[in-house]
Amino acid sequence: MTTTAGQQSSVGKYVVIYVCILAIAGLQFVVAYSNIDSSQMLVRMLVLAIIEAALAILFFMHLWMESRGLLWFVVIFTVFVLLAMQYGWTDSFRLTNGVPWAR
Amino acid sequence: MSHADTMGSHSAGAMEKPAFSVPAKKMAMWLFIIADTATFAACLVAYGFIRNATPNWPRPFHSITNVAIMTFILVTSSLTMLFGIEAAKAGDKAKAFRWTMITAGGGALFALLHIREWLGLIDEGMTLFKNPWGTGLFGSMFFSITGLHLLHVTGGVIALIAVGIRYQGGRYGADDLEITGLYWHFVDLVWMFVVPLVYLMNLGH
Repeated sequence: MTTTAGQQSSVGKYVVIYVCILAIAGLQFVVAYSNIDSSQMLVRMLVLAIIEAALAILFFMHLWMESRGLLWFVVIFTVFVLLAMQYGWTDSFRLTNGVPWAR
Repeated sequence: MSHADTMGSHSAGAMEKPAFSVPAKKMAMWLFIIADTATFAACLVAYGFIRNATPNWPRPFHSITNVAIMTFILVTSSLTMLFGIEAAKAGDKAKAFRWTMITAGGGALFALLHIREWLGLIDEGMTLFKNPWGTGLFGSMFFSITGLHLLHVTGGVIALIAVGIRYQGGRYGADDLEITGLYWHFVDLVWMFVVPLVYLMNLGH
C-alpha cells in the first residue's frame, strides 16, 4: 500500500516536471519569434535550456535523490569542462573583427 | 597483529565501498554521460565559434512544426521511460516491458522524422559542403551535430529494445532498465540544447 502510494507520488512528480519542461520548450519557440537581436536571443535560449536540463538531470535522472557526493562530482566536473571550452571565444571574435571582409 | 591490521588501508580491493554509494554499473553510465556531454559541448561550441566568425550565416528554417513535434516526442519518451522504470521497481514486468517498448517506439519515430527532415534539406540542395542560402559551413555543422545526436537516438532505441527483451526474459533487472533510462534521458537533454542553438537561432523571419 505504502509502495503504491509512493509510486503514484513519483509518477505525479514526473508528470509535473514533464509539463514544466514542455512549457519551457514552448517558451524557447516564443523567444525564437520575438524581435530581438541574436546575442539577446542566445542568452535567453541558453538560460531556458539550462533550466530544462537541470530539471531533467535532477528529477528524471534522479541526481537529486543520489548522494550529495555524486551530485557535486557530476556538477563540478561537467561545469569545469564546459567552462574550459569557452577559452576560444576571443579568437572567434578576432576572426570576426580582424579579417578583411568584416570591415 | 590482527588480520585487519595487516590488510591496512591500501588493500581495499573487493571490500571497498562503491564510490558515492552508487552501484558500479550506474557510476559507469554517469562517467559516460559526463564524457559524452563534453563531446556534444565541443561540437556546439565549435558551431558557435564558426557561426560567430562567419558573415552571411544562413537561416534556412521557416517552420518550427517538425522540430516542435520531434521535441514533444522525445520529451514524452523520457516520461514513458520513467513509467517503465517505476513499473519495474514495483515488480510489474509486463507493464515495465510495455513502457520500455513505447519509449523505443517514440525514439524510432523521432529518428524517422529526423531522417525525413534531412531528406527535405538535401532535396533543397544542402550537402555537407554547400547550400543555396550562404556559407557551405552551415551544412557541415548542421549534419554533424544533428547526425551525432541521431546516432545516439538510434543507439538508444537498440539498447532499449535489447535491455527490455532481456529484462522480460529475466536476465536483466530493474537496475539495468534504470541505467538504460539514464542514457535515454541524456539523449533528451542534449536535444534541449540542439533545438535552440541549431534550429531556433537559424529561423528565417
